[in-house]
Amino acid sequence: MSRTIRIRKGANIRLKGRPATSIVDAPPAAIYAVQPPDFTGVIPKLRVKEGDAVVAGSSLFFSKDCPSVQFSSPVSGVVKSIVRGAKRKILAVLIEADQQGKAESFPVIDPKTADRTAILGAMLNGGLFAFVQQRPFAVAADPAITPRSIHISGFNSAPLSPDMAVALNGRMEDFQIGIDALNQLAGSEGVHIGVRSNETIFSGIEGAKVTQFEGPHPAGNVGVQIHHAAPLNKGEVLWTMHAEDVANLGVLLSKGRYEPLRVVGAGGSEHPAPQHMRALAGTALTSLVGGHQDAENTRYISGDPLTGTDASAAGYLGGLHHQVTLLPEGNEPKFLLTDGWLSPGLKKFSLSRSYPTWLMPKSKEFTMDTNSNGEERAFVVTGQYEPVFPFDIYPVQLIKSIMANDIDGMEKLGIYEVAPEDFALCEYACTSKIAVQKVVRDGLDMLKKELG
Amino acid sequence: MKALHNILDSIRPHFEEGGKLSKFWVVFDSLETFAFTPGHTNKNGVHIRDGVDLKRTMFLVILALVPALLFGTWNQGHQYLLSIGEISVSDAWNTMIWDKLLIGAWKVLPLVVVSYGVGLGIEFLFAGFRKHSINEGFLVSGMLIPLIMPIDVPLWMVAVAVAFSVIIAKEVFGGTGMNILNVALTARAFLFFAYPKQLSGEIWIHEVAASKSGGLLVDGYTGATALGELASTVGKPIMNADVTSVMGMFDAGGMYSLSNAFLGLIPGSIGETSALAILIGAALLIWTGIGSWKVMSSFLVGGLVMGFLFNLMGMNAYMTLPPIHQVVMGGFMFGMVFMATDPVSAAQTERGKWIYGFLGGFLSIMIRVFNPAYPEGVMMAILFMNVMAPLIDHYVIQANVSKREKRAMLASAQRASA
Repeated sequence: MSRTIRIRKGANIRLKGRPATSIVDAPPAAIYAVQPPDFTGVIPKLRVKEGDAVVAGSSLFFSKDCPSVQFSSPVSGVVKSIVRGAKRKILAVLIEADQQGKAESFPVIDPKTADRTAILGAMLNGGLFAFVQQRPFAVAADPAITPRSIHISGFNSAPLSPDMAVALNGRMEDFQIGIDALNQLAGSEGVHIGVRSNETIFSGIEGAKVTQFEGPHPAGNVGVQIHHAAPLNKGEVLWTMHAEDVANLGVLLSKGRYEPLRVVGAGGSEHPAPQHMRALAGTALTSLVGGHQDAENTRYISGDPLTGTDASAAGYLGGLHHQVTLLPEGNEPKFLLTDGWLSPGLKKFSLSRSYPTWLMPKSKEFTMDTNSNGEERAFVVTGQYEPVFPFDIYPVQLIKSIMANDIDGMEKLGIYEVAPEDFALCEYACTSKIAVQKVVRDGLDMLKKELG
Repeated sequence: MKALHNILDSIRPHFEEGGKLSKFWVVFDSLETFAFTPGHTNKNGVHIRDGVDLKRTMFLVILALVPALLFGTWNQGHQYLLSIGEISVSDAWNTMIWDKLLIGAWKVLPLVVVSYGVGLGIEFLFAGFRKHSINEGFLVSGMLIPLIMPIDVPLWMVAVAVAFSVIIAKEVFGGTGMNILNVALTARAFLFFAYPKQLSGEIWIHEVAASKSGGLLVDGYTGATALGELASTVGKPIMNADVTSVMGMFDAGGMYSLSNAFLGLIPGSIGETSALAILIGAALLIWTGIGSWKVMSSFLVGGLVMGFLFNLMGMNAYMTLPPIHQVVMGGFMFGMVFMATDPVSAAQTERGKWIYGFLGGFLSIMIRVFNPAYPEGVMMAILFMNVMAPLIDHYVIQANVSKREKRAMLASAQRASA
């Protein structure tokens, strides 16, 4: 019997434009992208050049530090271009799809009988190891390290996020094969799944420790689940993987096919038809936004509104993203009496109680734009991060130790256990508009560099 | 409002780098952002941000101060008319409301103007010098300072005190959010120690000295505050005639009775006298979540506990005062609601706030009774706790750190044995 953990801290931001539970296949895109910056910590080394023909599963680049980790093309077609930024940093490899569905064929492996090396090799060659992340540092995992345990979140809690039960509907056999494989890879503590307490899709799964969670966002963050089910200690390494990629791993091992499938939660107040859409990683956003076109006044977000990236209308679904959100841009100044700081604020959603919207019924949903609603300031208000940060960690003190480059302090205050996404709600709630997630990322990078 | 913003846009170039008024960029920027929340959008992180900002927060604190300000203004007029016998204690509410407000405003408004003028002036200078934008912190400090001043304090002293506290207590530490001591209390403490003579005796009631020399003063009127009267009893036996006459003023029907002290019909600093008006502000702060209810409630409990302990000791008349009477007098309530809760100088951990508040309240009453030279124990207690707050936080955080270290040791021991 699994145990139930109730997460009390956190908050659900009630945004308009939640995806309906219906699910459709996204129209195939003309261009797909694999973007190295999506995979934090990876320095890419190209295997292809412009004009090369590729098929689904062909390696496009590999990681300089871990050359066995391949990043593969989701479709068959031709390498259209390699997009570079400042200092010739590779930003994206663009594939022009030929819609012929040609795919690399990988060996079929039964994870119950195969040994660890064979499974890991298949996962690396098949391009699926690219989607494994590690804690500490919240970066791409190193296949040479055997993780203490592997953690999978069985539900999403972020605003407007897709419903995992919809996403995994009909894929539980593949998911089970993926779990069997991960069980061979994990160390002493095996595979953990955190599931929503009333969710039944995982009830038949074997070979994983299931923990049930109740409570608001960020209960669905894998970091929160790790902290409450099996906390990470200094010196330990563990891996995390998205549940859909576990199913994709099952497909790779049982059918020999690389297919980075995502059921994308397409939503937001500007989305004409919020719903779930089946698509491949790297799909051009034009296939996912239901024909919406207003690049100037709309923010096209790959990912959720708290942690996603500003992809722009011509962007692509990020490698680790399962959500597309369209929000109005808030680039207009707001007059103090009508919708600024002195207004009654009947449309301003706030986790603080300084606007009367907290008295409105819990079912009311709000349209929020991307305005920062104020300017950046020093820390003044206290007690604001703690109610939305369900860790036994002092968030403000940790942030301050990072700002002060106090490596020893960060370690002691528990930086190993957190990822930037775990601080997303703190950043949302911050009165002083501090870029909390960026600070955490910088701290993790600094610590990783320091420890070599 | 597009038109107004267009005007701002059209004059902006004069204030920008290279414009002839570029030295006044800070002024322009602060006025513009006062009127319009800028169209800044979120980058590199969350795409949506909460509606609250520091301007809203500070505005709500000022709103919470309004009852104390209005009542204090009225009460200063009331005390003046009482002192010259124009009215009697029994007709506090129904006569000469406008006269009282006008007399009060005549003294209070200049204090507010000087406080904001000097404080914001210095803030603008520092912001221009450091190329920062103006922080909203002083909007609250600038209102708190007049409210903790005696009515007849010379304006130049207020100006000096504000300048001292803004520069020494705040700007040298880096400005808003960086200070260790509460800015408003530092101004008050500066006056208390720099001008002890001028700040004692006949300053608490408007023109009491002039009234006295002009023979206008009501017989037996001392012009002292309740705490000043109480301090005079210390060192004398309880049954002394002077002492019993002072303590009589604290009984029901007396000048400093519990109900008068609670309503605020007693002399004292402008904003501090009415517990009721302050509690209305407290209700707003707690309701909006801006003031920490943990600090306020533990502060109150701390004061009541100390008052109760003094009751048990009962060594002098001051100690025998009921705890509830202790906490509605002097600056206790004002300090509890508006000073101790200052998030920058208070303890920052939630557990630390309980300890910080309790000790603050406890020490306030202790200092007031033990050291009659400092009738205003609250100011000393809160400043002392401001200094101690980082220490409290340190131990609270240390407990969390060692918990984590223990867990890691246990895990590594398990790994070793496996």
